Amino acid sequence: MGPFLRDNVVFREVYCWLGGSESNAGLCGGADGLLPAGFEWAAYFAAGFAIILILVNGALLGAAAFVWAERRLLARFQSRRGPNRWGPWGVLQPIADLLKLLIKEDIIPHAADRVAFTLVPIIMLMALLLSLAVLPFAKSAYLVNLNIGVLYIVAVSSITTIAIFMAGWSSANKYAMFGAMRGVAMLISYEIPLVLSLVGVVLIAGSMSLVSVVEAQTIPFIIVQPLGALIFMLGISAELNRTPFDILEAESEIIAGYHTEYSGIKFALIQAAEMAGVLAASGFLATLFLGGWSGPFLSGQLGALWFLAKLGFFVFLFIWIRATFPRLRIDQIMAFAWKFLLPLALINIAVTAVQVYFFGFYQAEVPGEITRGELLIMAAINIPLALVSIAAFGRVTREKIRVPAPRFEGLAPIPRTAEVD
Amino acid sequence: MPIRTEPVTVNIGPQHPSTHGVLRLRVTFDGEVIVDVEPIFGYLHRGSEKLAEERNYVQVLTLTDRLDYVASMTNNQAYCLAVEKLMGVEVPLRGQYLRVLAAELQRVASHLVAVGFLLQDLGALATPLMYCFRFREKILDLFEMLCGARITVSYMRPGGVFADAPPDFWPALDVLLAEASELVAELEQLLMQNEIVLIRTKNVGVLPLETAIAHSVSGPVLKASGLAWDWRKMDPYDVYDRVRFDVPVGDRGDNYDRLRVRIEEVKQSLGIVSQCVEQIEPGPARAELPFVLRPPAGAEAYGRVEAPKGELGFYLVSDGSIAPYRCKIRSPSLINLTVLRELLIGWKLADMIVTLGSIDINMGEVDR
Amino acid sequence: MYGFGLAKGLMVTLKNFINPPFTTQYPEERLPQHPRFRGEEFAWYEERCTGCASCAKYCPLGIIKIVTSPSETAILEGDKYNIDVFDIDIGRCMFCGLCVEACPYDALFMGSGFERGRYQREELVIGVDELREAVKRPSSWFRPQLEEAQYDPHTGEPLAWEEVGREQWPWHQGEKAGARIDWRPRRGGGEPPEDGA
Repeated sequence: MGPFLRDNVVFREVYCWLGGSESNAGLCGGADGLLPAGFEWAAYFAAGFAIILILVNGALLGAAAFVWAERRLLARFQSRRGPNRWGPWGVLQPIADLLKLLIKEDIIPHAADRVAFTLVPIIMLMALLLSLAVLPFAKSAYLVNLNIGVLYIVAVSSITTIAIFMAGWSSANKYAMFGAMRGVAMLISYEIPLVLSLVGVVLIAGSMSLVSVVEAQTIPFIIVQPLGALIFMLGISAELNRTPFDILEAESEIIAGYHTEYSGIKFALIQAAEMAGVLAASGFLATLFLGGWSGPFLSGQLGALWFLAKLGFFVFLFIWIRATFPRLRIDQIMAFAWKFLLPLALINIAVTAVQVYFFGFYQAEVPGEITRGELLIMAAINIPLALVSIAAFGRVTREKIRVPAPRFEGLAPIPRTAEVD
Repeated sequence: MPIRTEPVTVNIGPQHPSTHGVLRLRVTFDGEVIVDVEPIFGYLHRGSEKLAEERNYVQVLTLTDRLDYVASMTNNQAYCLAVEKLMGVEVPLRGQYLRVLAAELQRVASHLVAVGFLLQDLGALATPLMYCFRFREKILDLFEMLCGARITVSYMRPGGVFADAPPDFWPALDVLLAEASELVAELEQLLMQNEIVLIRTKNVGVLPLETAIAHSVSGPVLKASGLAWDWRKMDPYDVYDRVRFDVPVGDRGDNYDRLRVRIEEVKQSLGIVSQCVEQIEPGPARAELPFVLRPPAGAEAYGRVEAPKGELGFYLVSDGSIAPYRCKIRSPSLINLTVLRELLIGWKLADMIVTLGSIDINMGEVDR
Repeated sequence: MYGFGLAKGLMVTLKNFINPPFTTQYPEERLPQHPRFRGEEFAWYEERCTGCASCAKYCPLGIIKIVTSPSETAILEGDKYNIDVFDIDIGRCMFCGLCVEACPYDALFMGSGFERGRYQREELVIGVDELREAVKRPSSWFRPQLEEAQYDPHTGEPLAWEEVGREQWPWHQGEKAGARIDWRPRRGGGEPPEDGA
């Protein structure tokens, strides 16, 4: 009996319905299931499969819903109407898009590396779905309660970098290569402030498990950790290739970036992974900084609704930012990560560590216990600190970011030849 | 161990989301840095100059609509000025005012397209573009009132404009002018203070004044480099000597200055339009000219206007027949495009797209 | 700096998010066209047309084809010829309206529609029968008499040939006599075409 799944509501229901017996009375209360005794393993697989079905289909349907929401909202930001033909308010538009993509010809370029080219959509979607495993959607509604959940998210989401590079390399397309090189440079840079911004949360919560992080949030960590939340938000939008960090697929510069050559179902899968990635990122933001499924009242019963509301808030924020901002240049993006986000993240860690030591160990009756009042004191320190440090580093990096690129001196211009085409 | 690198040559275009038509740029990159740029054009060549030799003077007018198709009015105006010089015709005052009014509205529309697409090139996902187009749409509605078409207007004729404005044009114009200040304020809030726009455009694609003059650049590109050179001031045609306006000038000649000069010109143009509305008086809008014009044989004329993109000139030679013997078009887009290579070497791919957008070329005019 | 400009930009987009959209839902919701709108589906009055082919000559693209034959009956104004062929190829037409401007008898008007899309290029040619049978809602482009009568082709009744009036611009009256519309070979090349088309 795997220890991971015991807390999951869906798992328990399905497992007990199928295979409840004397041997697992602790979980199922001794009631008999449909399957005869000795087939608990089958019930175990069936229950696990049920969860996976819900999760995968939920993620893909969520991606479809997000496509619709983004198109509608973007349209409204741009004073347009958006898709409104298929279904009420155009809700069936993603289905129509998907059908179109399914019946399109699935082109693999002649010069492409077929294996790597085909693997890319699978890897991207897999990385995304893996990261959803630790996300608590409601009270006791998660696949696993990993005690290294935060680390797991970071680890799994960086698989996408490899997929992007594979896409760019295997496509045998110069635009895709541009996108891939930009992607690798940017994604690896943004991993660092992203991870560091989570350290503060982990320090306060005293655990890396997302479930514990939610339970530790007597007040939302976005108030206690404003810098951490800001850095995580910016870092994750870079990881998701959203504006203003969407240089990977900057359509006005390199057509579609790393997925220029993808079409048909492969393109659909890449898009699904990207769109569901936004949902997952919003979920992580909601869980880590807004208290996840816990709400002001009825957290136990309405947990999923609270979670969805917070997720929707961040999704709206992502779409709003996408509708408003232009794109940064690659050197500016790198400077932003290394010269702005990284120092801020280090400041955040240092301050939070001192605070946690002071409130949680130096002063506390129970070691590691930080009360609500102490969290509020930390917030009162951290919010002004965040403003001051943003102002300070904004001033420092402003000039550095704005230095123009040097004129290229090293390589002489290539002699032109008469063109005969 | 040193890694062996080599420059990559990429053909940006002729099918590319942000080459403003069918421009092809053969760019050599060293990583992201541009080593060499070679604009290759001609994909939209329609032989307008040659076609003009086979059509009579009024028919050629319809060809001029198709040169810079986001600024047809000024194309009409330049051509009509050339034909009027050829014929020695005086245009009635009301016709001149209507021309200036239409041309300035067209300038606003064209600059809105330029600014919108520049922001689109910056990656702003069509939001500023939609706001710009929303206002341009209203201007095009006014053009529909004036002449029944929105893009390919054929509004002006040698000797004036084809007909006076309909009576419902004037109230609609007042409504538009009242809304315009709101648009400009919105654009300035959205663009001119936006830090991302600032760091992407300031000090990028700097065009020194000497280079600009050496390449005989004109229009907002030249003004952004610091020279207040505007044919509306230098050689006032129609009634530009009767209206007051300023010529905006940039300091450095970078992309930001080109963007700023355009937005300032929008403001100035709206001012010219409202002055025209105040000053215009009743009268004929078109000189009495035969439909088929026969300029004297051997006559030559060069008519030029300050088009939204720069100096647009038509050089006409007559042989006494009903069609021009030669029609040479001096198109600002083509000549402004020649400076692209100077601007781009040493900059990055993303800057190339923005700089190209800030020069604001139109392939219909480059290839003619 | 420090992101205040970014915040202002966000506020601008939020304002537009709350405001109703600017675009319209086309087939259900139609924007009004001005009466001067130069549309497709030319309004042609056979009763007035003499088959002089001025329109065909002044079309910059040469897309109007007219074939006439002598008529025995000369009852109506200008009815000297039968119009056998009057093809307007609107697939190549650029709606400049010069044909309307050139018509000395006010027989040809711009139309007011814009929805004559077809799947085949051949179907884009408006033949003489279609012109005869069309519901005639002439545009007031280059026809000031319609403008003075405040005729709106989009809301008003279709007009018969007696109702459309004659255009009276003084500078155009010289043209309307048809006297100055001539054709001369340029730079000594060739004879004028025989069929007048």
